[in-house]
Order: sequence, then C-alpha cells, then structure tokens
Amino acid sequence: MKALRRYIDHIKPHFKKGGKFGKLQSTFEAFETFLFVPDKVTTSGTHIRDAIDMKRAMALVVIALIPALLFGMWNTGYQHFLAAGEARTFWQIFAFGLFKVFPILVVSYVTGLAIEFAFAQIRGHEVNEGFLVTGFLIPLIVPADIPLWMVAVATAFAVIIGKEVFGGSGMNILNPALTARAFLFFAYPSEMSGDLVWISGLKKGLAPDGFTGETILAQAAAGKTAFVNGLNELYTTRDMFLGTIPGSIGETSTLAILIGALILVYTGIGSWKIMLSVFTGGLFMGLILNLFAVNPYMELPAWEHLLLGGFAFGAVFMATDPVTASQTEKGKYIYGFLIGVLAILIRVLNPAYPEGVMLAILLMNVFAPLIDHYVVGANIRRRLKRAGFNAQSVKR
Amino acid sequence: MENLVNIFVKSVFIDNMIFAYFLGMCSYLAVSKTVKTSAGLGIAVIFVIGITVPVNYLIENYVLKEGALKWISPQLAEVDLSFLSFIMFIAVIASMVQLVEMIIEKFSPALYNSLGIFLPLIAVNCAILGAALFMQEREYSSIAEATSFGLGSGVGWFLAIVGIAAIREKIRYSNVPPPLRGLGITFIITGLMGIAFMSFMGIKL
Repeated sequence: MKALRRYIDHIKPHFKKGGKFGKLQSTFEAFETFLFVPDKVTTSGTHIRDAIDMKRAMALVVIALIPALLFGMWNTGYQHFLAAGEARTFWQIFAFGLFKVFPILVVSYVTGLAIEFAFAQIRGHEVNEGFLVTGFLIPLIVPADIPLWMVAVATAFAVIIGKEVFGGSGMNILNPALTARAFLFFAYPSEMSGDLVWISGLKKGLAPDGFTGETILAQAAAGKTAFVNGLNELYTTRDMFLGTIPGSIGETSTLAILIGALILVYTGIGSWKIMLSVFTGGLFMGLILNLFAVNPYMELPAWEHLLLGGFAFGAVFMATDPVTASQTEKGKYIYGFLIGVLAILIRVLNPAYPEGVMLAILLMNVFAPLIDHYVVGANIRRRLKRAGFNAQSVKR
Repeated sequence: MENLVNIFVKSVFIDNMIFAYFLGMCSYLAVSKTVKTSAGLGIAVIFVIGITVPVNYLIENYVLKEGALKWISPQLAEVDLSFLSFIMFIAVIASMVQLVEMIIEKFSPALYNSLGIFLPLIAVNCAILGAALFMQEREYSSIAEATSFGLGSGVGWFLAIVGIAAIREKIRYSNVPPPLRGLGITFIITGLMGIAFMSFMGIKL
C-alpha cells in the first residue's frame, strides 16, 4: 500500500496544471481518490466533516441494488430453461443468467464512464461518481436479450443528452437511467416490447410452439383475468412477489427490491417519503379504477398493480433519485403521489404502453422543479405571515 | 358532459400544443426565464385561446363554411367563404389580444412590462391560430366542445411554459457548456420534456 502511495505521489506533479499530462488531471484525481482518502486540507471557512461523501452514497445505492441484480441473473436463467423445458441445477441457472447480464453491465459501465471521463477532461471538472449508480441501473431495466450495441447507444444518449449537456452529475433534469430506457423504448420498440423479448432465447425460437412469453401486464392488457406462464400454469401472488415472472432483468422481484429499499431507507439515502407516496398513489389510483371497472384490466386488484411490472423498482430506485426528484419535503409527497397515480393511469388507459412507470417518473421529473417552486413560495409566504409581514408588500 | 371533459383532457395532455405539435414555440422559448412571467403569459394565452376558439367557431359555422349563410336566406346556401378563414381568424385573434393587452396594462403594469413585446406578439402565436385551425379541421359539433378544446389547449400551453420556466430557474447556476447556454439547452430540455409527454400518446378517450 505504501509503495502505491509513494508511486502516486511521485507521478502526481505530471498531472498538475502545466505538467506533462496536465490535461488528464481529472482522470488522475478520480483514480487517486478512488484508491485513497483525499489529503486536501481546506484553509478557510468552517466545515462539517462527515464520513458520507458522494462515493460512499453511490456505493450504498449499488449495494442496495445487488439483491435485485442477483435475483435478476437467476431469473433470467430460470425463465430461459423453463421455456426450453430443461431441468437444470441452481448454479447452472445462475451461470446462464450471469453470462447474459454481466456483458450488459460491462457495456453500460464502459460506455458511460468513457464518456464521463472524456467530458471531465475536456470541460475540466472532476469525474463524478453519479454514473456508478446509473450504469448499474441500466442493465436492470432492459430485457435480457437486448443487443449490446443498443445498450451502448442508449447509455451514450442518456449520459450526453440527459446529463452532460446540463453540466454533469447533480444538474440533470431527467433520471439518466430512465432516459436511456425511454430512448431504447422509442427508438427500438421491437427489442423493448412485445411478447418475445422478456425471456432470453425466445426470439430465436427456443421454445416449442404455443409457448408464450407474455408478461402479466400484457396479459392483463389483453383482457385476461387469469395469468398463466408459458406452460399454462397459473401465476400465484407468491410468484409475483418473489419475481419468478418474465420481465426486465431487475424489476421482477418485489422481495429483492424491498431489501434494497430497506438498505436505502436505513442509511437515509433514499427518501422514504417518496417511496411511501408512490405506493400510496399507485394503490389509490388502482382502487379508483377498480371502482369504475369497465374492463378486466381495470378490475385487476389494486395491490397486485404494486407487485407487477416495474412499479416497485421505479418507486424505490428511480423516483427517489435525489437529483431529479422534488427537493422540498412537502414537494416529495406530491411528487411521489402523482408518480403512483400516473403510472397506474398510463398502464391501464394507454394501450400503447402496458408499462407506465418509466414514463410517469420521467413526466414528474419534468414537473418536480415546478412543484418545488410553488412549495418554496408557499413556505416564504407562510413564514412572512408568521413574522407579521404583509406578504403582498414583500417582493419575491 | 363527459365528452367535454374528454376533449379538455385530450387537448391538455395528449394533443399538447407544445409537445405534440410544437406550436407557439417562439414565446415559449423567449419568455420562459422565470416562472412568474411565464405564468402571466400562460394565463394570457389561456384567455385569448379560450375566447378566440369559440368566437371563430361561430364565424366558421355561421359565416364562412359552405352553406353556412343559409340562415340569412336560402339563396345564400351555395356561398362558400372558407377562403376567408385565415383573415377572419387572425382578425379575431388580433382584436382579442388588443383587449388582453389593455386589461393587463391596467391591472398589472409589472407583468405588462416584463412581458414586453411578447404580449402583442401573442397575436401571431402559432398555438392560437393553430387552435382555431384545428377547431376548423376537427369539426367540433357544438360551441361547448369548441370552448372546451380552446381552454384545454391554453391550459396545455400554460403547463408547458411554467414547467420549462421552473426547470430553467433550476438550471440557472448549472455548469452548462457555454455554446449551449440559453436557447440551446432550452431546446434540449423541450425535447426531453417531449419524451416524457409521450406517455400520453395513444390514449383513447
């Protein structure tokens, strides 16, 4: 360790401004702070020292995502062998999923980080850790069979247009991972929707005739009331909760997502207010639709909506993104509630998109600053009133 | 009644003037620097659209359309004045905007000053003429439907402009690359907002 530290100190001057590799300063800095605690000493002002910095916060989110990833890998293999009609051991199933999912993860990280580093060099800012989470989220919200080049294109789009043009991490308006998914969804719908994409290998004609790989939501949209898997076995609520159903890689298991949610809430990184209000909103809208049910999809029990599709995943990992969510405490309730309501609304009423969570979150990302604006305005008026000022006389 | 609500919701979200048709972009881009000003302009647009669409609806159905003049005398049933529709619509809109301008100047001089040239320019706001022309094209069956459509389009435009104004206030201190500052980034945000609004495309009401 000491030798490494000495070596880094030895080459450090080259990366200073005006040094041989002065242009690569932020790359150097990123690696140095990745390996060692920064030794920067501030000289002015009062500071609060806290162990939680951006790297740790991002690492904690990644840890919270690991259950969903591991389950996603297993489920990819499980669905594949179920469709193929072959019995395999646990490890064979897991290995199949690993070989499917890991390349997507690598491609997403390599593309995104390369762009991130390039921008940091050119624009002369530090490399931000924000992409560690984005790069981990992207593989979890795509189908397992997605061509890798599409992952690369979508990641590039999300990082450049969704984030870097706004000035990098912390400045973006839309959640970059969701931007990537929306890009894929609208640019390559044949790989992102339909009945064949959700189970690995199905497109290549792996399964016997008559085997359908529809997701439960697609079946509900088609007007069915009993949901079956490809082998015509009924799905139970337990299947929906544990996640042994077809879907995007990481979104199926509500259990794994709840473990992640616990980690996020316990460490204080994800806002429980947003998670709670998204679920409340979804439940609320589901109940209203049940009330006015005119077709089988509207009769789907409200609580089942919360287990299906990407609802739980979006609520826990996407809606709580601290950058794009509402910043004010009251705003978080409004923001979350509207996401829940819109997600179920789009899901049920829009025949074009059986899955509405992604678009609902993007839409509320757009309106989060507006919610904040009015919440802050209301706070100012209330406090002025409390302090005895006439709110009208004070110019905002 | 349900029909009116459907038309209203449809024109706010699904056929949003900005995100579905990209109409009225000039004032949308130029006045969206602060939420307060853009809310003022948005309300002015709601007002103007909400009045001009039904007025134009009456003109269209009782003066311009082929056979519309039948109510005066049966001999006029052959007359087709629809080639005048652009001029008539614009005239109605322009006079309406004059009215709004006078009202705002009287009651809110501050807003009047911050809107500046864009207030009289509502007269040539494409969203407003667009709404009149959509009204003509879609052949709404009653004046209530036309009013509901007009108000809906206005509210949709209002939502779009306050939404982007809040975002622009938020990114004011962001480190946007210099060539993109101002209009460039606003165009990009509009595009991203358009993606988010795609969620409503295809909903049948």
